[in-house]
Amino acid sequence: MSLLASSLGKKYVMALSGLVLSIFVLGHMVGNLQVFGDPYLINAYGYKLQHLPYGLLWVVRLFLLACVVAHIWAAITLKIQNKKARPQDYEAKATVQASLASRTMIMSGLIILAFLIFHLLHYTVRAVPGHQYNHAIIANDGTEYPAEVPLVLHGKTKVDAYGDPLIVHNVHDMMIAGFSYPLISLFYIIGVYLLCMHLSHGVSSMFQSLGLRNEKWRYRLDKIAMVYGWVTFLGYASIPLGIWFGIVNASV
Amino acid sequence: MKLTLRIWRQDGQNGSGRLVDYKMDDVSPDSSFLEMLDLLNEDLIESGDEPIAFDHDCREGICGMCSLTINGIPHGPERMTTACQLHMRHFSDGETITVEPWRAKPFPVLQDLVVDRSPMDAIQQAGGFISVRTGSAPDGNAIPISKEIADYAMDAAACIGCGACVAACKNASAMLFTAAKSSQLNSLPQGKAEKDRRVLSMVASMDEAGFGNCTNYGECQAVCPKGISLDFIAQMNREYAVASVKQIFGRA
Amino acid sequence: MILDSKIPDGPLEDKWQNHKFSNKLVNPANKRKFNVIVVGSGLAGGAAAASLGQLGFNVKCFCYQDSPRRAHSIAAQGGINASKNYQNDGDSVYRLFYDTIKGGDFRSREANVYRLAEVSGNIIDQCVAQGVPFAREYGGLLANRSFGGAQVSRTFYARGQTGQQLLLGAYSALNQQIAAGQVQMYNRHEMLDLVKVDGHAKGIITRNLVNGAIESWSADAVVLATGGYSTVFFLSTCAAGVNVTGAFRSYKKGAGFANPCYTQIHPTCIPQEGDHQSKLTLMSESLRNDGRVWVPKDPKVSEKLRKKEIRPRDVAEADRDYFLERKYPSFGNLAPRDISSRSAKEACDEGRGISGTGFGVYLDFEDAIGRLGQPAIAERYGNLFDMYQRISGESGYETPMMIYPAPHYTMGGLWVDYNLMSNIEGLFVLGEANFSDHGANRLGASALMQGLADGYFVAPYTVANYLAQVGAGVPDPDGPAFREAKAEVNDRTNKLLSIQGKRSARSIHIELGRIMWEYCGMSRTEEGLKKALALIPELRREFWSNVRVPGKGEQLNIELERAGRVADHLEFAELMCHDALNRDESCGGHFRAEHQTEEGEAVRDDENFSHVSVWESKGADTAPVKHKEELVYESVKMATRSYK
Repeated sequence: MSLLASSLGKKYVMALSGLVLSIFVLGHMVGNLQVFGDPYLINAYGYKLQHLPYGLLWVVRLFLLACVVAHIWAAITLKIQNKKARPQDYEAKATVQASLASRTMIMSGLIILAFLIFHLLHYTVRAVPGHQYNHAIIANDGTEYPAEVPLVLHGKTKVDAYGDPLIVHNVHDMMIAGFSYPLISLFYIIGVYLLCMHLSHGVSSMFQSLGLRNEKWRYRLDKIAMVYGWVTFLGYASIPLGIWFGIVNASV
Repeated sequence: MKLTLRIWRQDGQNGSGRLVDYKMDDVSPDSSFLEMLDLLNEDLIESGDEPIAFDHDCREGICGMCSLTINGIPHGPERMTTACQLHMRHFSDGETITVEPWRAKPFPVLQDLVVDRSPMDAIQQAGGFISVRTGSAPDGNAIPISKEIADYAMDAAACIGCGACVAACKNASAMLFTAAKSSQLNSLPQGKAEKDRRVLSMVASMDEAGFGNCTNYGECQAVCPKGISLDFIAQMNREYAVASVKQIFGRA
Repeated sequence: MILDSKIPDGPLEDKWQNHKFSNKLVNPANKRKFNVIVVGSGLAGGAAAASLGQLGFNVKCFCYQDSPRRAHSIAAQGGINASKNYQNDGDSVYRLFYDTIKGGDFRSREANVYRLAEVSGNIIDQCVAQGVPFAREYGGLLANRSFGGAQVSRTFYARGQTGQQLLLGAYSALNQQIAAGQVQMYNRHEMLDLVKVDGHAKGIITRNLVNGAIESWSADAVVLATGGYSTVFFLSTCAAGVNVTGAFRSYKKGAGFANPCYTQIHPTCIPQEGDHQSKLTLMSESLRNDGRVWVPKDPKVSEKLRKKEIRPRDVAEADRDYFLERKYPSFGNLAPRDISSRSAKEACDEGRGISGTGFGVYLDFEDAIGRLGQPAIAERYGNLFDMYQRISGESGYETPMMIYPAPHYTMGGLWVDYNLMSNIEGLFVLGEANFSDHGANRLGASALMQGLADGYFVAPYTVANYLAQVGAGVPDPDGPAFREAKAEVNDRTNKLLSIQGKRSARSIHIELGRIMWEYCGMSRTEEGLKKALALIPELRREFWSNVRVPGKGEQLNIELERAGRVADHLEFAELMCHDALNRDESCGGHFRAEHQTEEGEAVRDDENFSHVSVWESKGADTAPVKHKEELVYESVKMATRSYK
């Protein structure tokens, strides 16, 4: 299709997939911040997501994956074109006003991708060696948490339709165990920092690419994007930090 | 003023180029940058060397012919100023100044600091006009155009087509130029009839020439000697999207 | 030389209509068989090339810049006149016509000027339709301002860049024709000679400025729109590349050059600061609406100012001479361009000039700022104050601006008849390159009008008429006439490259400029002109024996370009001085010091000089021969201009 062949068409793909992903980033953060509450909250949340009707979980997952793929495809094809457009660079290099974030989108994007893959293997697929939290959850100091726990709220155990106790995946303790490894936490914090940078340019840029920005709103959107980036960074970074400083404790 | 100039010398389009150092001992701070180059050329001719070729014409900041990247910044350090109106008082005694041609694949160097900017003409030829035959125009006051719209179109029309936006963009993108030209005509009632066709063909011509894409750095606006706003890029993005959708449904 | 102006019969107001009807037409199916060359892509050339392309002729258009959009028409600031009478203030075609004739000091051709006024309204319509963003009122209608001392508001404008916007309009029309394949555009090509076949202009020789190739191009007609020649003064408000070559080479091939001494010196330019300068910058003369022009009464005070021992604000009111207000109480600082320029020169000649060189006068806004406040002044002239600061490094709000006159526009040019065809059949000359409409002095906002009138609304009719008469038949571009012209161009190029002397072409151009400015500038005398006529051939000999052009012909060679242009200026300058010497009267921009009233006003000699002086070339070292076209005024009565 000619639209996708054009440079502007690719920018639309970039912007629209970016829009979906940045909304997801916020939603995912809000969901995960439940770790600061009663273990019931996040465990029930995890259970609900896992048991959405009509296979919606996979619909959403595949949609997000498609967005990621589209985002990366557009980024790479545009980058190649951009590189070709300036075969010879200046000897004296100068930047007048472009932000560091805007100039490093491809770098931050690639690192975020690597982080994303690790993150999925770590907590979703749970296939990182030493971190297969399917039968037992083992923390850095050797503490072992059960992988599955009954869902308990205010001392009352939730039951299913047959009256049996509802057994769910122990998301809460998995996060605590996962972030008990300093290197993983560090990688995570760096990952979300780059994500914050990426968003601080990307969110405002998205409006520009779709033509939904003007001089007046540019400065506002730039600020909103900056706030958006920092909110997500602080939100995400608070989880490993909360665990590190003992604000969040294991349920078992 | 004493200055060291590092100037790009290139013998013809296919010749290899390099930076050559020149010393100047007695530069008047009141002379313009191009006058300083005129004097350097006089010295070179006197000593039997070939003068440095550079493009220039009106020398009052309106023809858009001058095209020097000075210390990495197209048209040099002064904002809203073309190289021909840049005066030496903005440099300091003893400074080393690097002068390079515009760098972009669609702008091949012809000699020294002279580049070929004909793809900018091609973009205009693709649709940068309102089809009106000489003599077929209605009275100038037949269509009232609000002052706001007329002023907005004038803001876009102020573009002098120098190509500094391309030269400054890390991606060598011609979006600011193309957008200014299409937005001027697309904003006016006279230009509405060809609006979709115009934006589609101008973007196609821009892509075909091998310019890079917009990654919303904003360097173009920062170096533009006429302060052309990124708003016009947003407008073009918007209009291209609408026109593309219409095209998909066979209406454009 | 036969000079038949071919002015149509009938009353003034019917001439153009009658003429259009009597023109022969080319059958639509046959138009594609005709080829037209247009040299220059400014308002006149760009508009003509686009319009001829629209009609179906095959057009080749040439310009020396890298894009047709950069022609020097682009630099015009003020505006464009048209007799629309949108302001209901009593304007009419006849009034615009009369103002132009009077402004030209009764030295232009009635019928041409009337036609110019007649089509002026169509130009505005055409430009609006092209998307030119003229200034508008809140109600959405076109805005006007009064300009250049006119008593009606008939000037249309687009901020301070009317020239650029009108040119971009013509350029867009040209682009459409290029895209349609009707016009082939040749950028970075400079015309170096005209080719005649059997007495008709049938082609040109160009140099490709990128690779140096000398090429022949043939066509059924040649249209020159190559602009003016103010660069003969070296320092002028013109673009660096502006040159007389196209017109001058045609003159050498037999075209008559009319009134070359009519040059306009613009009063409000930023003074020269030193020898490093390559260009003078014009500031819109609208500044004179609020600025007061003065110099100190005492030359000793001026000297202190020049040495920066005191500041202009230190000069007491009683020690200042507001010379325009003193000499012209009713017009004051708004006196016409030629008069203001001359007064400034007189003051400086008396040793009362300021600025480092002594060639400058103050343009002071202190009163206006005191009266209206700085914001009001910034609102009116902010961009001009910014420009002044950018160039001079001083703020016009805090200290008076310095201004001095500079060569700006040339009213003289190749002689053309009513059809804008020169005495060479098939050679049409448009815009500033011809002589026809402005007489001895051009009014503000009229240059853009003339360029576009010629290009959009005159040449398309008259060129077609000529083509219909001669029939299609493009000669072989390798034919004998072309080979000969090409050989001449090659010889000349090789000669320039072979001299390998010691001086740059620029240094000789500077010297020529000094001679011209001194002896053929704002005020001319018999003695001075004779001196110039002795100095110029000497300088020309110096050039042809001592110029140094490095590099080769077969490459992008900026010095070769410059040297070729300077060589033509060196010959042309002599022609200009001949004309200035011969025109033993003062009129418009041509001021002969011998002919002035006691108060220093110009005195015309209508009995002996109410004619167009048309010069025929007799070779470089032989004096040119003068022919006359008598000016007959049927509708207007000649009067003395007075601005007291």
